[in-house]
Amino acid sequence: MSPKNDALFELVKELVETPGPSGSENLIQKKIKALVEPYADETRVDALGNLIVRKGSKEAGGMRVMISAHVDEIGLMVTHVDENGFARFHTIGGVNPMTCIGGRVLFMDGQKGVIGCERLQSNALPKIEDLFIDTGATSREDCPVQVGDVAGFERPAIQLGGRLVAKSMDDRISAVVAIEALKALKSSPHEIYFVFSTQEEVGIRGATVAAFGIEPEIGLAIDVTPTGDTPRARKMNVALGAGAAIKVKDASFIAHPGVVNWMVATAQAKKLPYQMEVLEYGGTDGRAIQMSRAGVPAGCLSIPCRYVHSPSEMVDRGDLEACIKLLTALLSKKIDLA
Amino acid sequence: MRLDLTKHLKEMLCAPGLSGYEEPIRKVVAEAWKDLSDELQVSPLGSLHALKRGEGKDPRPKVMLAAHMDAIGLMVTAIQDGFLRFTQVGGVDPRILPGQMVTVHATAQGPKNAQELPAMVVMPPQHLQPEEAGTGAIGLPFLLVDTGLRPADVTELVRVGDLISFAQEPMELTGDTLAGHTLDNRASVAAVTVCLDLLQRRRHLWDVYAVATSQEEVGIIGGFTSPVMIKPDFAIVSDVTFAIGPGWNNPISPKLGKGINITDGANMHPALFAALTRAADAMDLPYQKSFSPGMSGTDAYGIQVAESGIPVVNIGIPLRYMHTPVELVSLKDVRRAGRLMADFISELPADFMQTVTWE
Amino acid sequence: MESNAKEKPEFNAELSESDLFLLTSLCTAVAVSGDEKEVRDIVLEAVRPHTDEISVDALGNVLVTKRGTARSRPRVMVSAHMDEVGFMLMRDEGEGLFEFRVIGGIDERQLVGKSVVVGPDHVPGIIGAKAIHMTTPEERKVPLKVSDLRIDLGPDGSSKAKAGDRGTFGTKFARIGPSLRSKALDDRLGVFNLIQLVRYAPENIDLLAAFTVQEELGLRGARVAAYNFAPDLAIALDSTPANDLPHYDLDESNERYNTRLDGGPAIYLMDGATIGDRRWIDLLVKTAEAEGIPWQYRQPGRGGTDAGAIHLSREGVPSISVSVPQRYLHSAAGLVRVDDCVNTLRLVHAALARLDSKFLKQER
Repeated sequence: MSPKNDALFELVKELVETPGPSGSENLIQKKIKALVEPYADETRVDALGNLIVRKGSKEAGGMRVMISAHVDEIGLMVTHVDENGFARFHTIGGVNPMTCIGGRVLFMDGQKGVIGCERLQSNALPKIEDLFIDTGATSREDCPVQVGDVAGFERPAIQLGGRLVAKSMDDRISAVVAIEALKALKSSPHEIYFVFSTQEEVGIRGATVAAFGIEPEIGLAIDVTPTGDTPRARKMNVALGAGAAIKVKDASFIAHPGVVNWMVATAQAKKLPYQMEVLEYGGTDGRAIQMSRAGVPAGCLSIPCRYVHSPSEMVDRGDLEACIKLLTALLSKKIDLA
Repeated sequence: MRLDLTKHLKEMLCAPGLSGYEEPIRKVVAEAWKDLSDELQVSPLGSLHALKRGEGKDPRPKVMLAAHMDAIGLMVTAIQDGFLRFTQVGGVDPRILPGQMVTVHATAQGPKNAQELPAMVVMPPQHLQPEEAGTGAIGLPFLLVDTGLRPADVTELVRVGDLISFAQEPMELTGDTLAGHTLDNRASVAAVTVCLDLLQRRRHLWDVYAVATSQEEVGIIGGFTSPVMIKPDFAIVSDVTFAIGPGWNNPISPKLGKGINITDGANMHPALFAALTRAADAMDLPYQKSFSPGMSGTDAYGIQVAESGIPVVNIGIPLRYMHTPVELVSLKDVRRAGRLMADFISELPADFMQTVTWE
Repeated sequence: MESNAKEKPEFNAELSESDLFLLTSLCTAVAVSGDEKEVRDIVLEAVRPHTDEISVDALGNVLVTKRGTARSRPRVMVSAHMDEVGFMLMRDEGEGLFEFRVIGGIDERQLVGKSVVVGPDHVPGIIGAKAIHMTTPEERKVPLKVSDLRIDLGPDGSSKAKAGDRGTFGTKFARIGPSLRSKALDDRLGVFNLIQLVRYAPENIDLLAAFTVQEELGLRGARVAAYNFAPDLAIALDSTPANDLPHYDLDESNERYNTRLDGGPAIYLMDGATIGDRRWIDLLVKTAEAEGIPWQYRQPGRGGTDAGAIHLSREGVPSISVSVPQRYLHSAAGLVRVDDCVNTLRLVHAALARLDSKFLKQER
């Protein structure tokens, strides 16, 4: 593997392994700010913790563009510590109890723990209320965590051939795409706002206020999307390795047809592998941008990802590189929404 | 009335325009409204705004008339051996789908070479279905669309994300009624056209914004965004409502053709409801008062909370078999809705908003 | 209207006789989501002498501004919702019997065999049930659906009420020892406390008091009120379940109590609509500790308050919720401790008094 490819993996690894569930994005935002500052014209953090990075000013024929990649991950918050030091918790975002059992968590202050489960009736599926975190404590008094403490899941990032596996590819991999596009962008007629948004997993909240403040004329969310290419999968057209996914629709919004056509035309012109995506559930920052003020044409660039919201989300390196190239190409030229 | 309502409504029903992809229907409505208004505008998300200026002194207050123009339908999710798998755009009851005639809007050759493919929804034989499909009503994931073309042609013409609309043609039934798909909510758009047509021969002080909103069926998107652009003083939302008929005999629902609903509730302003019902009484217009305990599922939901808040009231046009390709509406009720709006608007004094309070 | 700042009495959170009278009026008023007039009128009368600016917006929210005197004052929005859960009469069946539907989240099993009041005239009624003698054991296991129930106003009911009228439980307000028992404690306690805050607003902030409508129908009023105020910061005052009853099995402990009665004001970490701003949480906890006010966290979980709409307004508003713990929320009769209500007012007042322009400059 060439050093250049390793640098990409190292960036992915650094971002996915940083804890930062919705509402606790300080650490990840600090990391990203340090990475983007050399390339940015302006950075600011807003009232909900969104990191907003401006690149360029509007030239003739240019537009004010908002690109949104959310930096929050799913996680959990402690609700109660019992007298034996076991901690109960509530979920932050869509956490599947089945992916929790036996898993490891990492609290924002570095404390670690393991998730256990009460005995279940046979054939019953676990619920969040059946689970608890064991930090190795023996009593409430010596338990190192307390009500309100926040943890993300813990799993080191690895490579499996041409595939990258980690927790929180959703949506740190999109932050990677945004950062790499920002670095690769040589020139652009547009005023671009790269928004590293917060609290997407709990209701697309960060992007809502970021879009209001920016008032973009066009917006693009970047997020992961599930695939249909594993055994007896829920039917889905998107496959790992088949290229950047251009979202037509998900459960939260219908992408603006002009934006979809612009993305397809650009991918075709640059001979980049791409695939069309229709997702029957799920939502992304695209919805928040679309519904802002008087409405904004919006779309979503998706990175195909297997096992979304599990500790081992898998993306394809080729898809990742295609997304970076596509985003760079989209931002480099005038935008035609016909 | 100069307007040929039947012709106008049938023309609208034959124009495709699923939520998010309203361009064809918007063109039809724009064509109908351009000679009835002073200025046409399109919002960033495709709603059509038509301004008919009033005669009052500047700055004139504004009323917004909203009716959504988008249609429910289907969208291609995968192509399997030339057959199309699909999902819904808006709320589609899968039970009406088997054997339904549809049109596939195929764009694999580029948006400028789009093709309209006549097709139908089919129910595969039981032994080709997985166990979870069951033997009762077959759900959307287990149905297919057959274009009648060979698989190689299908992959050349159709791509994932293409839209599929209902192909049922509108039919005039007895008693001045019309059956077809997307009468929800183009019947209300037609009511707004009736209103604009009547206003050609009436005087009014207020500025009137006739708005054919987009994407109501998938989240009231036009309803949330158009009022931010227009900033009206108040709004009247026209939508269809459940009429008594087979499968629906709730005694508080209206009958078909016997009058429209005027609706009050948490989503509406009681002063507007009082004013509109007074106007209907003065016109001797057949109508029924209707009360909504919670939120309405209409554009009013978005308009009421836009920015600083906008008072709203709803008109309901009774309709049978909602969200099927054979919705049924009475043209008498469509005209009533249009006449009520025109009459109300022409009587609005410049200081009407002073009566829209919470005292 | 000039506020009489010079003659402002010393702030005392304890409930006086006239305070109790005001609280009784608020809880007795019928103001179901969508028709908050009765409470709005009480609020307007109570706050008018103390405000710099007062208005009622397009949705019926009461918006009150009480300007402070310090330099570079933060603009702080404090909200409490005027609406309560209840019902709407849908159809007059004749003979005083009305079909009805529920407004807001009421467990339908709470309806049967209750007294109700309908409309601004508080017409008394009942939701009856078939005599037990006529029921079978199987029947008694199945909850009655709202569509099977009727509000009975007596044979002349049709002259007293009509379809579209709203009503709610007829429970009378009562002070019982350390507790208050009433319907609509959610959120008349918040409304009461907010009126007190307007009266005793500290000078270091501009207090933007929002008495909101339609919280129970999806935070509708708060969305518009926040847009109108465009505040720097916000607190939502509400009421939250105290599920602090014992488990049926004595050896099972109750780990999902949400809040506990006598535990003091409940500070929200995270509910279904808002992740509380950490700076607010720290300020409230520090203030409570310093002032010797009992406090508790509301367990992270579901639900929502007006903060859910406020914090997403415009470019975002750092927000927090503080609630009075209440047993049996959204039923015919809720139960709270007077001390918890008074301590909530003390805590919020003291925290507001500690705000300055440096608060928001802290890292989130």
